[in-house]
Amino acid sequence: MAKENIVRKSAALELSHVSVGKKVLLYHLGWRNRLYAMAGLGLLLVLVIVLTSAIGSTHISLSTVGTMLLARLPFVEIPTAWADSLEIIIFDIRLPRVMLAGLVGAALAVAGATYQGLFRNPLADPYLIGVAQGAALGAVIGFLLPVSWHIASFGLIPLLAFAGALMAVAVVYAVARVGKTLPMTTLILAGVALGAFLASITSYLVITSGEKLHGILTWLLGSFSLARWGEVMVVLPYVLVGTVVIWLYARPLNVMQLDEEQAQQLGINVERVKLILLAAATLITAAAVCFCGTIGFVGIIIPHAVRLIWGPDHRFLLPLSTLAGASFLILADATARTVMAPAEIPIGVITAFLGAPFFLFLLRQKRRAIF
Amino acid sequence: MLDLRLKKVSLGYGGQLVLKGIELEAKPGEILGVIGPNGCGKSTLIRGISRIITPSSGRIFIDGQNIDGMSRSNLARMVAVVPQNPLLPESLTAFELVLMGRTPHLGRFSYEGEKDVAIVQRAMEVTQTIAFARRRLKELSGGERQRLVIARALAQEPKVMLLDEPTAYLDINYQVEILDLVSQLCRQQGLIVVATLHDLNLASQYCDQLVMLHGGKIYSRGSPGAVINKQAIKEVYGAEVYVYPHPVNSLPMTFIVPSEDGHRQRSRKLG
Repeated sequence: MAKENIVRKSAALELSHVSVGKKVLLYHLGWRNRLYAMAGLGLLLVLVIVLTSAIGSTHISLSTVGTMLLARLPFVEIPTAWADSLEIIIFDIRLPRVMLAGLVGAALAVAGATYQGLFRNPLADPYLIGVAQGAALGAVIGFLLPVSWHIASFGLIPLLAFAGALMAVAVVYAVARVGKTLPMTTLILAGVALGAFLASITSYLVITSGEKLHGILTWLLGSFSLARWGEVMVVLPYVLVGTVVIWLYARPLNVMQLDEEQAQQLGINVERVKLILLAAATLITAAAVCFCGTIGFVGIIIPHAVRLIWGPDHRFLLPLSTLAGASFLILADATARTVMAPAEIPIGVITAFLGAPFFLFLLRQKRRAIF
Repeated sequence: MLDLRLKKVSLGYGGQLVLKGIELEAKPGEILGVIGPNGCGKSTLIRGISRIITPSSGRIFIDGQNIDGMSRSNLARMVAVVPQNPLLPESLTAFELVLMGRTPHLGRFSYEGEKDVAIVQRAMEVTQTIAFARRRLKELSGGERQRLVIARALAQEPKVMLLDEPTAYLDINYQVEILDLVSQLCRQQGLIVVATLHDLNLASQYCDQLVMLHGGKIYSRGSPGAVINKQAIKEVYGAEVYVYPHPVNSLPMTFIVPSEDGHRQRSRKLG
């Protein structure tokens, strides 16, 4: 038998020299476009960061911002030619906000793509299985607790939101699990049911919240106005680790687009992949929403836009969504804080207002089934 | 010698046994056909050998190795399955689908290389699907898709190929085409093939050995001539049929006769 195997393999290899060359090339050609896309979106993200750092109530020129950022890079020596106050505005006020928006956008987009892939459902978003409702309830409880506003907003509310998100998903998971397996449909149904239950409690608390109503509503609609480096540093490790883990499972996720039985028969340990991806996506979503509220639309629209343009292969879809999500939310936040300055528009309003027409335009352009 | 062996295997769902104490053996280069009425456990047997469900008792060996201790990817390098009516994403290209057959051979960090593409190309040439390699699945017919799923199974470079009703939903030309292909692959590549079939005539024509399942047990086994007869089909399927030798190769062919009532009603309607 071993001999037979060798014969079979050598025949296949021989073939590769004769006629495969062109096919390989064609195949990798599809890849090259998407690698360019990755580089392009990475570059775009850098540009967006510089551009939006320059925008704000104090006018700072693009070139100044660019030089300031370059000067902070290691091994780059540039003489300082700007006021210290400008440096404070950029590095202590604008940049952390831009970074947090980027992290949250990246997290929501990659989590959305993951959920859509796992559930094989184009309508899945990062909040499908109760993360948002759990986080909202936790945050509202934080608002209503009789502690000073300072403690609440900088420590307690994010903590309770994070805990609420994870607990909601844990309950959904425990309810939906059957023996050693996790049927995805049951998971969605359990998520929707628990989400409705938690949302009803949240609504009641919001209505009876009295003078704290405005603060609560602002959180629920999402805002980056309180972003500082501290918040960025708390969110960063979750998003970084979670995103890398998700990227590593791109191929299993591709194969699971068939169905779970076929994926198993092709050698994928489906239950383990589901568990790891759910955990990673939930964790980064919880980290994303805990400081700045449940920002809608990014998680659903960015992956679909990427899918429409560059196709459904998760090995590209996941990293491209991460990059595009970051740029998109940074731009949306810049719009939110400048359009009605000094007042701010809730970011959720902007994401839907900017994102939806663009998405409809893409749908119209392609006119093919995307999922 | 390479073989597939089931030893006193019982399979079921949630405590309810569908198959009890099944003893089976399959050899390379031979097609083992599994027949029996709907719900007799044909698909359950396939799902057991591919470890979608684990036996509640008994053991399954491939090449002397118990499959229970193997990792999923190790098992997938040994056993490939052509499922009944698989869900296939429409936006995939034919090539991408077959390339998925290489999954068990690839590590988490490695990407498909030229060798994988060569194996896929070979699998697509053998199944005559290479001509539409770059077309999307939604543009392809049922028979073309079924050939692609077989190509994907071949790309796994398996020792055992399990086919669950490979000809269901296919027209007669595709039935012949698919089964011709399977038996050719089986003999040329020395594959162990186990196929469930509901069509007794196809089973008789294409299988070297048949196993007839009844009430969760093996009712009979052997060559088509030994297994398919009027008496057995009456007992297992509860159907009155006539069995005559095929005019060309003398293998048993099953013929149905409509019951008197149904026949009369039909002729009245026609008249």
